Amino acid sequence: MTSAVEMKGITKSFPSVVANDKIDFVLEKGEVHGLLGENGAGKTVLMSILYGLYRPDEGQIFVNGSEVEIDCPSTAIKLGIGMVHQHFMVVPSLTVVENIILGREPIKYKLLLDMNKTLSDVKDFCERYKLEVDLKAPIHTLPVGVQQRVEILKALYRGADILILDEPTSVLTPQEAEELFKAIRVLKEQGKTVIFISHKLREVLAICDRITVLRRGKVVGTVKANETDLSELAVMMVGRKVVFTCRKKQVETKEVVLKVENLKAIDDRGLPALKGVTFEVRSFEILGIAGVEGNGQTELVETIAGLRKAAEGKIILESIDITRAPPGKRIELGISHVPEDRHKRGLILDFSVMENLILGSHNKPPFTIGRIRLNFEAASHHARRLIKDFFIKTPDTDTSVRHLSGGTQQRVIVAREFSRKPKVIIASQPTRGLDVGATEYVRQKLVEMRDQGCAVLLISADLDEIWALSDRIAVMYEGEIVAIRDPEKTSEQEIGLLMAGGKHD
Amino acid sequence: MVEFLDLINVGLFAAALRMATPLAFGSLGGIFSERAGVINIGLEGMMLTGAFAGVAASYFSGSPWFGVLVAVLVGGLLGLLHALITVKFVGDQVVSGTGINIFALGFTAYMSQVIWGSRGASESVQGLPVVPIPLVKDIPIIGEILGAHTPLVYLMPIVAVLSYIVLFKTPIGLRIRAVGEHPAAADTAGINVFKTKYLCVVVSGMLAGLGGAFLSLGHLNLFAWGMTGGRGFIAIAAMILGKWKPFGALGASVLFGFADAFQMRLQALGLLPSQIILTIPYILTVAVLAGVVRRAIPPSNYKPYVKE
Amino acid sequence: MTEKLSRLSLETRELFRRFLAELKLALRRILPQIIAILIAFLAGAIMLLVTGYSPLEAYGALVIGAFGDVNGIGQTFTQATPIIFTALAFIFAFKCGLFNIGAEGQLLVGGFVAALVGISFDGMPTFIHVPMALLAGAVGGGLWGFIPAILKAKLGAHEVITTMMLSYVALYVTGYMVNYPFKAPGWVAQTVQIAPSAELPRILPPTQLSASIIIAVILVGLVHYTLQKMSFGYEVRAIGLNPAAAESGGISIKRGIILALVISGTIAGLGGAGEVLGVHLRFIENFSPGYGWDGLAVALVGGLNPGGALLAAVLFGALRSGGMGMSRATGVPLDIVTILQALVILFVAAPMVIRYILKKGGFKWLSS
Repeated sequence: MTSAVEMKGITKSFPSVVANDKIDFVLEKGEVHGLLGENGAGKTVLMSILYGLYRPDEGQIFVNGSEVEIDCPSTAIKLGIGMVHQHFMVVPSLTVVENIILGREPIKYKLLLDMNKTLSDVKDFCERYKLEVDLKAPIHTLPVGVQQRVEILKALYRGADILILDEPTSVLTPQEAEELFKAIRVLKEQGKTVIFISHKLREVLAICDRITVLRRGKVVGTVKANETDLSELAVMMVGRKVVFTCRKKQVETKEVVLKVENLKAIDDRGLPALKGVTFEVRSFEILGIAGVEGNGQTELVETIAGLRKAAEGKIILESIDITRAPPGKRIELGISHVPEDRHKRGLILDFSVMENLILGSHNKPPFTIGRIRLNFEAASHHARRLIKDFFIKTPDTDTSVRHLSGGTQQRVIVAREFSRKPKVIIASQPTRGLDVGATEYVRQKLVEMRDQGCAVLLISADLDEIWALSDRIAVMYEGEIVAIRDPEKTSEQEIGLLMAGGKHD
Repeated sequence: MVEFLDLINVGLFAAALRMATPLAFGSLGGIFSERAGVINIGLEGMMLTGAFAGVAASYFSGSPWFGVLVAVLVGGLLGLLHALITVKFVGDQVVSGTGINIFALGFTAYMSQVIWGSRGASESVQGLPVVPIPLVKDIPIIGEILGAHTPLVYLMPIVAVLSYIVLFKTPIGLRIRAVGEHPAAADTAGINVFKTKYLCVVVSGMLAGLGGAFLSLGHLNLFAWGMTGGRGFIAIAAMILGKWKPFGALGASVLFGFADAFQMRLQALGLLPSQIILTIPYILTVAVLAGVVRRAIPPSNYKPYVKE
Repeated sequence: MTEKLSRLSLETRELFRRFLAELKLALRRILPQIIAILIAFLAGAIMLLVTGYSPLEAYGALVIGAFGDVNGIGQTFTQATPIIFTALAFIFAFKCGLFNIGAEGQLLVGGFVAALVGISFDGMPTFIHVPMALLAGAVGGGLWGFIPAILKAKLGAHEVITTMMLSYVALYVTGYMVNYPFKAPGWVAQTVQIAPSAELPRILPPTQLSASIIIAVILVGLVHYTLQKMSFGYEVRAIGLNPAAAESGGISIKRGIILALVISGTIAGLGGAGEVLGVHLRFIENFSPGYGWDGLAVALVGGLNPGGALLAAVLFGALRSGGMGMSRATGVPLDIVTILQALVILFVAAPMVIRYILKKGGFKWLSS
């Protein structure tokens, strides 16, 4: 029986890395096939090649037994391959149905859009695959889980028999993920084939029939889900035994350093993002805020850092009210911030390593002479010291930060923020997109800072990370802190439920 | 003594429509370009070159309609240049537009000298005829305002309606808006992002050229150095004021056209020194931008789209 | 002994290699601009041919006009001077991520205010009058830059349009001033001559070259120093490259934008003052044949850095002064100079065009 898809000897390189190294991959018709691997293992690249977004340097692709060349997404679509990306490819201001038909619009009178036919066609699809969506709503008003459904409908509408789902649960609550799994099962019943890309072991084991594990661009092996278990998969994925919980020593917490009272703020669209957030963080403690992205975490971080105006409420740092203080003042008073988007907020890519390392302290002694002239000697000396202490892999202090790897860039940010000996550290998604080594380093450094007396506010969508590092766990849902728990006295289930709005304190 | 009715009368409103025409074409063109994600500051230069090309073509052929056609084509050519620089070669959009504006100033003056021996103004040419609409022109007041203009003025609302239909009721319009707002999404949906951008920028040039043709052929029947006088920029302001929607831009253009006509009237009546009056449209534009922009968020993402 | 010799030759070879690498780097950096200029001239030559002029004759007259004699050289540098100011103005704003295309207007306002101060206060000692007039011009330009600055900072109004519009306003308002309230007796729309105590000394008689160029050159150094060596310059560059990160680093974006545009206007205003106090000795309507636009082109050709702008300004000054001579000698319309400038801008705007051309031409080693 010919397989649905066969990829032979696929190799793809980018300037700094070999993303896919002679990969062989076989997909059988009607199965749910998991593609498992860490961040950077090459899963998305491989599937992007299948979808025509990249061309492979070497290798062949066979669809239903015949060799094909997939040079662009339209070709892949014609072959019946559809892809739902990790970062949704939806046009925010268009409605659901407009997004679905984009590129394959039904026409009437040879020129105009035929919206009636469109609506009825798409409704058919919704019913067949049991995917409920309000077709006429503008997409940006819908919750993330629903937007994902639209992405799936889009692929189905174009006649996809093979659906590639790239990290689909990264933006879903555990409950929404369950809904997705149900949908995948319906798709399978209807004869579709699904490729499920993920780095989450448990999910892949739960939903997939077979699993292919990638590590550093190479295939480690392909196994049947019912013939393997978590630890075997983990070993394949990482190459060594992985400890699932992280041990850190217990420390006595001292006084309250950061206090947030009834904080309210609105987001960029004018809708309320923070609806009255109250919590405190003490020295010698890590408070982890768990929650699915999009529940106000970004706005919370921005408001505490001074990058967003607080509509109501107070932020108090060691008895000083900083609610109206500008970011520069907050830095001076001892707040450090590791932002969630290092390219947007964390670094000035075209500045050198040295210039980035003094950002935030660039207008004060010792980096200025009399607050006017820059003191290059002091800055250079400082940079060299940090490069050594934080193992920043760079050829020189003058190198533009743009040329460094993601992990190294994050080290620059961490070095800069931590070396200021702050009172409070706000770390927002600090290990996102980093490889294993860099991730471990950042987490270790966070614990180190805590042990030195820092109050750490950790915001992460990675529940494992929250569990591993937090002394207390808070859950954020729809702009509010719905619970604060002691990790020893709660369970993943309870946290998951809280993240989905299930309970309330 | 100047009577109120010398200033505010039916003629003023008719003039307002006339002055709005180049602005309307310019801003509608701007909408196409910007909706596809390309900033077009070069509308001024495209308009000016269109004005020149129209007069030159009319001069050599004797037909003002041929002049209009050439103006549109030339505008489109400059649009193509802008598209090439900004889309294919990922050049800075504002710099490219500014370069086109400077080029237009120099080129039109140079060619004026070559053809007519004067860089300041051309000879008079055959302009567009005034075509009264049979029944409408007899309606009191409204008829005088609407009834008797050159055809390009009547074209103005038609183009606005067409623009609306294309952008919001056709597949190509849907694709244009997708390309402008989220090129990656359009790309994965199988749309050719680059072709769409090219098309829209060329159309914006063509419409700007049409606006220029009106200035020269539909109004003064000659070409004068720098005769657009910043109208390309005012058209951009009209586009912003109209929130990048065709009917909004049309309305804003009429507003600015009114200011222009009003200013000309004041000058003719000698109420104030001409220089002070001349500043009115520009100050109004600044005031509009200052008041409006808070609430005006462009629909597009102007980052040049680079495929991996 | 041979050990020492071989080590020496090794060091020399290393030094030579480093020198070649630096040269290659410098060449690569300015090559796009040089090629842009060459292509622009080539395109201009084609245009001349098509319209019946001889490019060789025209370009030849251009060079002779610009550098042929003391008058030509003086005229070259005189024309270059205001362009240096407007180029620096554009560069400073650009480094902060802002497009100030209203330098023309800021120049006019600065020139007019300087003229006013120059006309009044007769009998003051020169060493007070001149700096005062210059300062007034600078402040005038700065104020004209403040309007778009505050509109952008508080209301987000795009400075490209506001500076452009204000340029027209400046043109008409100064035009009004010089046609009515401050008009000197006679036919020409101009003010009376400034007091002798307000004149900037001429430094190359019998040409019009004034001490304004010295101010310009000093300003080049000052702008470079500010941007690279001062804490404020660091903030300006940070805002220009990544406002979000700059904000996270405690930099006030609003303050930076306002200061950058005001300083930009100040520089242009100073240029206008220099023209009035050093060259024309009065404010004449339309005394600027587009110095603001030249400044933009020069800034781009100069690679958006002060030193490069200085060199490019001399080139453009030569184009203008040579252009006048060329026009007189060959009858070629002066506007060819504007066209050349525009072509240079367009080619410089798209560095990829140059790389594309280089690649096709086989110069791959230069094109990366």
